[in-house]
Amino acid sequence: MSAIGTETIEGFGPSGVTAQSTRDRLRAGSVGVLLAALASIPLVANDYWLNAVLIPFLIMSLTALGLNLLMGYAGQASLGSGGFMSVGAYATYNLLLRLPELPLPVSLLLGGIISGLVGVVAGLPSLRIKGFYLVASTLATQFLLEWLFNQYGWFSNYSTSSSISAPRLAFLGHDLSSPAGRYLLTLATVVVVTAVAARLVRSQTGRTWMAIRDMDTAASVIGIPVSAGKLKAFFVSSLVIGIAGALWAFAYLGTVDARSFNLDRSFQIMFAIIIGGMGSIRGNFLGAAFMIFLPIQLDHLGSGVFGGAVDPGQLENFQKALFGALIVWFLIKEPRGLAALLSRAWTQLVSRINR
Amino acid sequence: MSFFIETLVGGLLAGVMYSLVVIGFVLVFKASGVFNFAQGSMVLCAALTFVTLRDKGIDFWLAALITLAVMVLIAIAVERVVLRPLVNRPQITLFMATLGVSFVIEGLAQIVMGASVHELDLGIVDTPIEIGGVQVSQFDLVAAGTAGILVVALSIFFNRTRVGIALRAIADDPQAALSIGIRLQTLWQIVWGVAGFVSLVAGLLWGARQGVQFALTLVVLKALPVLIIGGFTSITGAIVGGLIVGAGDSLAEIYLGSLLGGSVSTWFSYVLAVAFLLVRPAGLFGEAPIERI
Repeated sequence: MSAIGTETIEGFGPSGVTAQSTRDRLRAGSVGVLLAALASIPLVANDYWLNAVLIPFLIMSLTALGLNLLMGYAGQASLGSGGFMSVGAYATYNLLLRLPELPLPVSLLLGGIISGLVGVVAGLPSLRIKGFYLVASTLATQFLLEWLFNQYGWFSNYSTSSSISAPRLAFLGHDLSSPAGRYLLTLATVVVVTAVAARLVRSQTGRTWMAIRDMDTAASVIGIPVSAGKLKAFFVSSLVIGIAGALWAFAYLGTVDARSFNLDRSFQIMFAIIIGGMGSIRGNFLGAAFMIFLPIQLDHLGSGVFGGAVDPGQLENFQKALFGALIVWFLIKEPRGLAALLSRAWTQLVSRINR
Repeated sequence: MSFFIETLVGGLLAGVMYSLVVIGFVLVFKASGVFNFAQGSMVLCAALTFVTLRDKGIDFWLAALITLAVMVLIAIAVERVVLRPLVNRPQITLFMATLGVSFVIEGLAQIVMGASVHELDLGIVDTPIEIGGVQVSQFDLVAAGTAGILVVALSIFFNRTRVGIALRAIADDPQAALSIGIRLQTLWQIVWGVAGFVSLVAGLLWGARQGVQFALTLVVLKALPVLIIGGFTSITGAIVGGLIVGAGDSLAEIYLGSLLGGSVSTWFSYVLAVAFLLVRPAGLFGEAPIERI
């Protein structure tokens, strides 16, 4: 996060350039190692890990990334993420169903674009209102979309049950419906989208967003197109969330179900970025990991340590209270989340080693 | 025509039930500028505490008193632990903090008192009575009466008592209020305590209406459009907004629902609220200009 600010300043001095390029090379190297490790996970991990832990973690990171672009970078709070996920999921479902000749990545991207366009419409009130008034208007989107997909059978191909099974996943003749295949599909999508997003927030667009977030009046005074910037943020954010929604339906659940994209999902995504860190790309992965791993750990603790003596309902209540308390704690103590905590710990570690 | 009037009256009376919850929001917002998302879980917590005490065979008024004490304690704790460290932070941060608080209250209340659905009998008969050819639920009339009493009591409290006047001073200009020696933090605790009392009343009526259960927290989502339409700072607005949302919802369900295939009431009030936001962002009775771009 802080690297965004220092980059341009250090870039002026010659010593800054070398330090910068070494750091860039180090960073690129570590990202490469990480990617290689992630891609080879299916060789060692069993299906449970892929299905129940890694796939939802990656998709949750992607949704968090989508919301973070809107909320953390452009400063527009939204509780409509669940709704945008469902748009992406239903759009991709219908594309796969009605235009089966399109390759999977194209359907995914088109589904995302449709979700992005819905996001632009949902973002129109942001031109006049902000803060939690905007939260209220994104809630309207959330409820309207939930109702729409439940009400009209066309979206779910007139399926009699409320959940519909996902079409077969295949790309270039490879069947991707095995756990490893779905994992690799998810991983590839997440890597590509994250790389694009990381470039985007350092580009003109990202700087426009941050200017709007930090002070919209000042931004418009110096000639930054505030309205266009906000709508662009809504578009990109909903696009990313839409793709994540399609993956959630096809690669994780194996079914398109409007109920899995309800308001609770929107809350969960918002919590992930508050805990992980707003305005940070890394924070999305940290926050998502937290949201996915903590419940699993608590489950293990409940069944392992207490020998199943703890009622699962009670465990869920405890988890709820714990998440709520963590949200409050992070907002008070570290509004920039786990990402800031970790980078501070890292700096301290480095300075101790250097001493 | 009589069907139309019956729907309208039913909707208006249902709307008063929303107003009961919204009054709690308005109180907190006026005094501290916080949109308190935890109001819904305070309603649940109050109703749950009361029912649990009643199930243990405790007398009605004693149970109400103990519940009130619990709500005031929660209010003080929230002010101490959450609001005080967050003074001067953006409104949206405070909103998210109350979101966290609502999760804590819901989780803890259900850990301590269980998550099963409880019956709550206030001794109000819910048989419809006929007034001028229109069927009206007796229970709704009691609720409307209670809301009316609450509004009168609160306006006396705000306009006549020392504490009330100090609260209005804070709502007007916190800096000036502080400079003449008004204790901001004590007053915040008082106002959150009063909001706790309001949520007790709302919790009892809502609990008697649909059983004391987790779904009670969802009234917060119905309350938000009411708040936007009526204005965040006006108790009158809370009542009028409640009436508009209640009437709008039930009329839309009948007339619009038949066109679109039903259950439009899940989103209708929100769309209405967004329309209000775009045309009249301060709400019908709101005074504070909201930040506009």
